Amino acid sequence: MKECKPLALGGDLPGGCADDYETGSWRKFLPVLDRDKCIDCLICWVQCPDSCIIVEDGKMVGFNFEHCKGCGICDEVCPPKVKAIRMIEEES
Amino acid sequence: MATLKELAAKEELFTGGHRLCAGCGIPPIVRLILKSTDARIVATTATGCLEVASSIYPYSAWKVPWMHSAFENAAATISGVQTAYEVLKKQDRLPGGDKEIKFVAFGGDGGTYDIGFQALSGALERGHNFLYVCYDNGAYMNTGIQRSSASPQWGNTTTSPAGAVIPGKVQWRKDLTRIVAAHNVPYAAQASPHNWRDLHKKAEKALAINGPTFLNVVSACPLGWYTKGQDSDAHVKYAVETCYWPLYEIEEGVLKVNYKPKNKMPIADWFKMQGRFKHLFKDDEGAAKLVQIQERVDMEWQRLLDLDGMRL
Repeated sequence: MKECKPLALGGDLPGGCADDYETGSWRKFLPVLDRDKCIDCLICWVQCPDSCIIVEDGKMVGFNFEHCKGCGICDEVCPPKVKAIRMIEEES
Repeated sequence: MATLKELAAKEELFTGGHRLCAGCGIPPIVRLILKSTDARIVATTATGCLEVASSIYPYSAWKVPWMHSAFENAAATISGVQTAYEVLKKQDRLPGGDKEIKFVAFGGDGGTYDIGFQALSGALERGHNFLYVCYDNGAYMNTGIQRSSASPQWGNTTTSPAGAVIPGKVQWRKDLTRIVAAHNVPYAAQASPHNWRDLHKKAEKALAINGPTFLNVVSACPLGWYTKGQDSDAHVKYAVETCYWPLYEIEEGVLKVNYKPKNKMPIADWFKMQGRFKHLFKDDEGAAKLVQIQERVDMEWQRLLDLDGMRL
């Protein structure tokens, strides 16, 4: 009987390495935060599909533009009375 | 239940940089569920949008041990992983085996309602300790918007195209949550990511239970619903407000409706905003179909209300 050879390992990748992949270039619109209006409810954080809302010590401090695809969900879910986020056209 | 501030302080287990569409409804569901336990998680995904977009070589968006599955066998994969874990733990061959691990399988509606159904049914019957999460966007969006058994009636898909022959998908959708509950599992529920509290609570509950649990979560798809990415959260909210997607849970056989809208939104108001139903707004025939759909939604909602608080 022939000797069995072990299978070669598949991709040896660190978990979460998609973090290094830039999807910010997909963006046509850019979210802009008005820090004075923001009440840190973090609804934008929980609803962001690209994990782009940066939260430090429970405060919303900005966006991760490496990954933000400019979908505008953060703007839409920002409570109507707060409206701390608005979308502006991305400069090419 | 954790607050958003507490959840935000926990490590992000599903990173950005995945290739899901802008405005996709899936990642908020995954992110929140992965944060709904303090135990470690091992996950697998059935082939689908989530699977292909989160694992394009040489990148992975998963910070938890994650395993690829084919279209039909996510539930079988997670059963195997969970059983292997139990065996190794019993034999004392698992480094760190005393730590608690939760097993989660994710699948789209195609990989759950249709292709993965047999594997899911088998895993539920065998009683493995796992949570199965179905993100239901109502069609095979990854392969080009083909109809699934979760597609809504009279919705346009590429394999049930609305035109002279048929006005979209002819059949009513499969009620998978009820089918899963009929396996007498300890916990099965329907949720929506717009109501993150409800989804988080249900995920926490499901992950704490020892046995097979199931979450059916509605997920907006800008591509297949012909909607705008920024409106994804609003659309799943309307799905709940119209009672098209009721939020309810079946715990140890007892059904509980978690949210009852004060004023039910007419289904036509929601359908009007989606391109997949635009053919229903052109003539009287379409209007009659909308009336039919409303009647059916009302009937299903009433059936659920009648069962509220009852042991099934």
